[in-house]
Amino acid sequence: MKSNLYGFLFGMWILILLGGGIMVTILGPFTIQQFGEFHWMLASGIKVLIALVLVVIWILILLKLKNWIFRKEIKF
Amino acid sequence: MTELIIPAIVSCFVAFFLVFVMTPPLIKFLEKRNMVVKDMNKKEDVMVARPGGLALIVGIIASEMILYAFLQMNEILAIIITTSAAFAIGYVDDRKVMGGWFKPVALALAAIPIIALGAYNSDLAFPIFGVVQIPVLYLALIIFMIPITGNTINSIDVLNGVASGFMVIASFSLSICLFIVQNYEIAIVSLPLGFISLAFYKYHKIPSKIFPGDSGALTLGAMYGAIAIVGGVEIIAAVALLPAVINSFLFLSSVKKIVEHRQIKGKPVDHTDDFRLRATSDKSAPITLVRLILAGGPLSEKQVGYAIFKLAIFSGILAIITAFLMGVTF
Repeated sequence: MKSNLYGFLFGMWILILLGGGIMVTILGPFTIQQFGEFHWMLASGIKVLIALVLVVIWILILLKLKNWIFRKEIKF
Repeated sequence: MTELIIPAIVSCFVAFFLVFVMTPPLIKFLEKRNMVVKDMNKKEDVMVARPGGLALIVGIIASEMILYAFLQMNEILAIIITTSAAFAIGYVDDRKVMGGWFKPVALALAAIPIIALGAYNSDLAFPIFGVVQIPVLYLALIIFMIPITGNTINSIDVLNGVASGFMVIASFSLSICLFIVQNYEIAIVSLPLGFISLAFYKYHKIPSKIFPGDSGALTLGAMYGAIAIVGGVEIIAAVALLPAVINSFLFLSSVKKIVEHRQIKGKPVDHTDDFRLRATSDKSAPITLVRLILAGGPLSEKQVGYAIFKLAIFSGILAIITAFLMGVTF
């Protein structure tokens, strides 16, 4: 059981690293220019939306990972 | 760098000494006023003083004020105000049972001084891939970070010595990471948190003479979160806190709503005849870190505590690797 917990910790760490990569490569360079002075506001709004979608995907992957790693133990 | 050595030594000494000296009279004071709770994991009726947050907040304010006198940084003021607000929120919850939403909402408000004092950098740094600029999104991150770290530490405060011992490991790991990323001033500012937790652990370790209560756990968690923000090491801080994050994640994913622990009816853990801890098969009970540790068989409270500390050391090592990876780009 304890080794599974270390595996889950490590899996979470890898997901954090990968999530960071997606944040930097997708969210970082994202800009909108054709809306005058408000372009930064619109870009920020879209960035927030993308980030929320990424967080939801991250949680869903984590749930799958949890169920897979602890499939024998979680019979509660 | 060398000019930081004296403030670092003085603040760490004051932090450790104040909590170490203040806690025994605080225990007597609380016991006199019958501010005690039953230790649920002891066979006999053992009553333990609670809350110990007062000793922690005095140590934090004194040590950080010393650092402020030397360094004059807004970041220190932001840490002091946010942490004090978290202590007050926790103390209210210690004295009066509040709803499940009270702490997250109130702790979100406690994060406002960090924004008001401008004690943050909206560039979010990731290992390997670099930095992403998210000025608006970062404000939301600040508002969410303090409730998450506060409640995460609070949720792991379930066994003798675990919250303070875990905080010793996580906060010293964070300090090492801050030195690695060469943020020396915030590294010095973060050191008192480790020393305060260490001094409190002396009285909180098994068999506990005092419990931190919500005021203590939220104080430790909020200060940790505030340091992560002002130090620009949010991702590293999250990695060092992973075992506690797992605990909250398992709890929330099994309960599926934000709810106070005391409102949960099912018991995730019970006791064997010799009073070792044992995972229950109650389907209505939440899945927690302790329950998963016990899935392999019953263990003593001390053994479960050490298992959590080993996980904390493992995630502390991952945090240090993450700090080294901050300077690596492909």
